[in-house]
Amino acid sequence: MLKGRVFNFGDNISTDHIVPGRLAHLRSNLPELAKHVLEDADPSFATRVKKGDFIVAGNNFGLGSSREHAPLVIKMAGISAILVKSAARIFFRNAINLGLPMLVCDTDKICDGDKLEVDLDQGIINDLTNGNQLPFKKIPKAMLAILEEGGLMPYIKKHGEFNL
Amino acid sequence: MGKTLAEKILSQKSQIGVCAGDIVIANIDLAFVQDTTGPLMVREFEVAGFKSLAYKERTILFLDHAAPSPNSQLSNDHILLRNFAHKKGSRLSEVGEGVCHQIVAESLAKPGDIIIGADSHTVTAGGLGAFATGMGSSDVAVTFALGKTWLRVPESIKVMVDGKLPIGVYAKDIILHLIGLIGADGATYQSLEFGGSTFDTMSVPGRLTIANMAIEAGAKVGLFAADEVTRSYLVDQKRGNDYIPLEPDSDASYIKTIKIDASRIEPTVAKPHTVDNTALATDLKGTKIQQVFIGTCTNGRLEDMAIVASILRGRKKHIDTRLIIAPASMEVLLQSIAFGYIKTFIEVGAIILPPGCAACLGLHQGVLGNGEACLSTANRNFKGRMGNPDAFIYLASPATAAATAITGEITDPREFL
Repeated sequence: MLKGRVFNFGDNISTDHIVPGRLAHLRSNLPELAKHVLEDADPSFATRVKKGDFIVAGNNFGLGSSREHAPLVIKMAGISAILVKSAARIFFRNAINLGLPMLVCDTDKICDGDKLEVDLDQGIINDLTNGNQLPFKKIPKAMLAILEEGGLMPYIKKHGEFNL
Repeated sequence: MGKTLAEKILSQKSQIGVCAGDIVIANIDLAFVQDTTGPLMVREFEVAGFKSLAYKERTILFLDHAAPSPNSQLSNDHILLRNFAHKKGSRLSEVGEGVCHQIVAESLAKPGDIIIGADSHTVTAGGLGAFATGMGSSDVAVTFALGKTWLRVPESIKVMVDGKLPIGVYAKDIILHLIGLIGADGATYQSLEFGGSTFDTMSVPGRLTIANMAIEAGAKVGLFAADEVTRSYLVDQKRGNDYIPLEPDSDASYIKTIKIDASRIEPTVAKPHTVDNTALATDLKGTKIQQVFIGTCTNGRLEDMAIVASILRGRKKHIDTRLIIAPASMEVLLQSIAFGYIKTFIEVGAIILPPGCAACLGLHQGVLGNGEACLSTANRNFKGRMGNPDAFIYLASPATAAATAITGEITDPREFL
C-alpha cells in the first residue's frame, strides 16, 4: 500500500519542466540534478516533497524527450507513484523501467494536498481527504512483469532476457 | 487482414505474423545514444553487470548535443562516452560530425530496419521506412548488451495528404498543420503512417522532417513507404544496395484516417509553449523576434539551406534579430559551402555554428534572454527548452525563418518569393 500527499500539476508537463536541457551538465551528478526536479513547473516542489508523496497530473504527462533522468529525479525525490489522465509513451516506459508506478486514472477528482492510499494489487486509489475511491487502468502485462521485478535492470538481471 | 507499415516491419523482423497489440521481441538493426543520454546508459550498463556489446557495428555513441562542449561537466561526459566506445568497440560519432538523426539518415538507416535510440527524435528515420523509435537509457543499455528489445505493435493512424503544396509551403508546414489538428497527444503510442499523392514527389529530406515530428503528436513512429524516391536518395548517398521496397497492404486496418488537402495548407507556426498551439504565419505579423535559429534534425538539411539561401541572397538580416544557422551534419556543411550558401549566410549577417544540435535544447550556442522570442526551425517549443523558462519559442519552416530574419518579426515567406 502506497501512502502520501498529492502534488497536483496540469496538462502537458514536459520533460523540460521536469529536468530542462540547461541542466544537462548535472546529469552525471544525479543528487545535484534531483534538487531541480520539476523546477520549471513548480519551483518550490523539490523542497516541499516528502517520501511517499504522489504526483497527480492531467493529460500527456512527460511529453518530449527520452531523457530517463526525468522519471529518475522524480523517483529520487521520494515520489511513490505518478497518477495521470494520460502519459506520454517514452516517459511511461522509462518510469516503469525504473520501478516507478505510473497509473492512468481520472485525476480530475483528486485535489492538491489530498492524502491518498494506492493499492497496486487491487487497482484502487483511496482519496482519504474526500472519501472518493478511484479505479486505475490496468498496467499492460509486459510492463507489469518489469515493474514487479523493480524495473528493467532487476528484471534482466533475474531473467537474463525478455520473457514477456 | 492486410498489414500496416508498422505491422509489416515488426512481422518481418520478429519472423512471426503480428498485428496491433501484440508484443514482439525483436532484433535491432541499430541502437544509439547521444551525449546527454549516453552517460546514464553507461551507468545502467555497468549496474546490470553487462560486459560486452551484442553487435559492435550496430552500436553507436553520438557526441552532438553539446558540441563542442560548453563546460567541464559535459566534457567529462564526452570522455566517459569515448572511453566506453573504445573499450567496448562500438562506433563513435565525434563532436562536429553532426546530429545523430541526420547521420543515421545519411549513412545508416534502411527501409524495414528497427532502430532504437536514446533520443525522442529517433523517429526521424521513419522517413526512410525504418521503424525507428526513442527509448530511455536503460532500454538502450539492454539493447546494446542483448541486441534486442521488446515492442508492442502499435495501432496505426493513416495520414493521407493529397494535392500540390502551394509555393512557400513545405514539409514543415504539413507536420505543424497536422499536429495543430490532432494535438500534442493526438497519436500517443500509435504509428503515424503517411501516404497520398503529395509525397510522391516529396524528397526524402522532406519526409524526414515530417517523421521527425511524429513524436510531437505522441507517436511511437512516423512511417513512410519506401519507394522510388527512397531508392534514389539511397543511391545518391552511395548505398543503393540498402534499398528494399516497402508499402502497407491495401487492406491494412487503421484506427483512423486523416485526410489533408495540401493545396490548402499555408505557412504555419507553432506558438509558445506547445507544438500544437499553431497559427498561420500571416496572422502573427508584428510579433517581434530577437533570434532566428535555423538547423537541427528537423530542418538542418541541404534542401533547407538552399531555401534559406534563396530567400536571404542579396538581403540583410534585421538589425535587432540574431540569425544563427547550424547545418545538421558535416556533409550538409560541406555541400552548403560548395553551393555558396554559407557565403550568402555570412554576407547576410548570420552566425554559422558547427554541425550539431546547437541552440535547440538550451545547452549552449544561442540561449535566450528573459522575455526574448526565438523563431526556430526545430521541433520543440516547450517552456524552458532553449535554456530559459522566461523566453518564448515559435516553430516554423526554414523559409518562414529566413523571411523573419529579414524583417525582425514573424513573416509569411511568400512575401519574399
